[in-house]
Amino acid sequence: MNIVVCVKQVPDSAAQLSVEGGQISWGEAPLVINPWDEYAVEAALQKAKDLGGSVTVLSMGKESETEALKHALAMGCNEAVLVSDPALAGSDNVAAARVLAAAIAKVDDVGLVFFGKQAIDSDTGTLPAQVARVLGWPALTLVSAIDELNADGIKVERAIEEGRQVVQSGLPAVVSVIKDYGEPRYPSFMGIRKAARATIPVWALGELGIEAPSPVVAWPEVMAPPQREIATEIITGGSPAEIAATLADKIMAEKVL
Amino acid sequence: MTNKIWAYIDQFKGEALPSSWETIGAGLTLAESLGGGVTAVVFGENIKGVAEEAFQYGADEVIVADDPTLGDYRAEAYTTLLAKLAADSAPDVILFPTTTRGREVSGMAAVDLNTGVLVDVTALEVVDGVVVATRPIYAGKLLAKVQCSAKPQLITLRGRAFAKPVEDATRSGTPITVPAALTEDEISVKVVDYATVSGGVSLADAAVIVSGGRGVSNNPKLTPPGDLDEAGQEIWKAQQGFKLVGDLAAALGGAVGASRAAVDAGYIPYSNQVGQTGKVVAPDMYVACGISGAIQHLAGMRTSKMIVAINKDPDAPIFKLARFGVVGDLFEILPPLVEAMKARLGK
Repeated sequence: MNIVVCVKQVPDSAAQLSVEGGQISWGEAPLVINPWDEYAVEAALQKAKDLGGSVTVLSMGKESETEALKHALAMGCNEAVLVSDPALAGSDNVAAARVLAAAIAKVDDVGLVFFGKQAIDSDTGTLPAQVARVLGWPALTLVSAIDELNADGIKVERAIEEGRQVVQSGLPAVVSVIKDYGEPRYPSFMGIRKAARATIPVWALGELGIEAPSPVVAWPEVMAPPQREIATEIITGGSPAEIAATLADKIMAEKVL
Repeated sequence: MTNKIWAYIDQFKGEALPSSWETIGAGLTLAESLGGGVTAVVFGENIKGVAEEAFQYGADEVIVADDPTLGDYRAEAYTTLLAKLAADSAPDVILFPTTTRGREVSGMAAVDLNTGVLVDVTALEVVDGVVVATRPIYAGKLLAKVQCSAKPQLITLRGRAFAKPVEDATRSGTPITVPAALTEDEISVKVVDYATVSGGVSLADAAVIVSGGRGVSNNPKLTPPGDLDEAGQEIWKAQQGFKLVGDLAAALGGAVGASRAAVDAGYIPYSNQVGQTGKVVAPDMYVACGISGAIQHLAGMRTSKMIVAINKDPDAPIFKLARFGVVGDLFEILPPLVEAMKARLGK
């Protein structure tokens, strides 16, 4: 049984974002693997070791967007594939789900597909469940721990508003993992060397045997959030008790409580 | 089921999540431009009370599927049913709360219905008969206007971004009941167990959040138990610090948050993390204790109505967003602040 893990390349979370001429700019900030996807790669590598399968890391993006794939290879994934086609520019999340599902179906004997919780650029967080829906596989999202996994099925703990939910299903299945799963490993020196030398195959739509799905979601405008005028008042003077009393009075006077 | 605007009510064990009612409020506002009323949709088991509440919060019509197979939320069962109802009745818009379940069902229903989903929306407007949504991207560092050309337009609303309608106990109605779409045998996911966290206010719904950062472990006046190693002592000290943070949260009826630094150091679980790789929140008041304000943390709380910062470092970036700041020792300020707030709030 083999494992697929899907990753995305995003601007580093420390990036200062701006809009220039209608285009999003992240300045000089580096492009990195989506931080949440590192947990997915970690989970994929651990489970492949337990089950004795290989891990294919998959990403959809422009032909130059190989940073996340190389990071995942350096962490230890066996194969990397970039799904890229000029016809995919402007894909919405349903279109992306259909394309990724077609790519996953092309990988041999897939038992599990891992995703991070969401991407820190678009912040949509629907893709894992949507890919599962296209494939007709169970969606096990927001997973903090995998309690059981064998050829017959999987049992996981999910984080929901009310706490934890333990669910099980058969395989194949799609799993999105959260930070509670555990710290992702650092790429090894050997892994980094291997990733640097790797030639990453590109699958275009022709190879997937599908037409470009028509996107229906448009983004007519991107803008900086309105600047807020905040007059900061630093409370000083007196003992901590006096400062606390002054602060409490001022909080009450703002009438937000 | 002639209303063109639907509101999906997310419930857990027969209790609606508070943000569910905001979808009815936002739906009623859209209906002023688009015409018609709002139909609430509730799935679950023993949910008669939720349906009654939906009428009280302003729904003109309520569709209920009350069935043992829907008692535990399972994405497949809920999505299949919602997509079937929507395919039959062809609403123009379905509004969901951006809860874990709302996000998942809307995303999967978009696949079934061959439409799009606009997630975590903070504002809605109708332009030439088309719904245009505003949503934060990059954890709110930017905003995007988005719209969907297919129908139904599936839209999830960020909690607390839209006003909750006023409950009117005199409103009532008779729900339309519909059967489940799948039998138990057709549902591949089984729920084994729950470990629910009782009490406490969730970060998403909290009107007040008090957060602690790395600084909560730095109280020099505490002496940890001698049998702990160095790492254990640090965590013990941090837990004492988070007790103070929790005391203020309790006095204000709020929730406890944390910076990534505090979570990564093992002081508090990830479910409390506020920021770009945690939860993005917008309470009425956010109190940052011992948090310097990394850009990823600020992205997660910057739209809070009022921010209060307590930090030793006068140059901490958090003060730039704060309405009120105290440059000082949080261990000295928090205990009297808890008492002062309790006194003013009559607790």
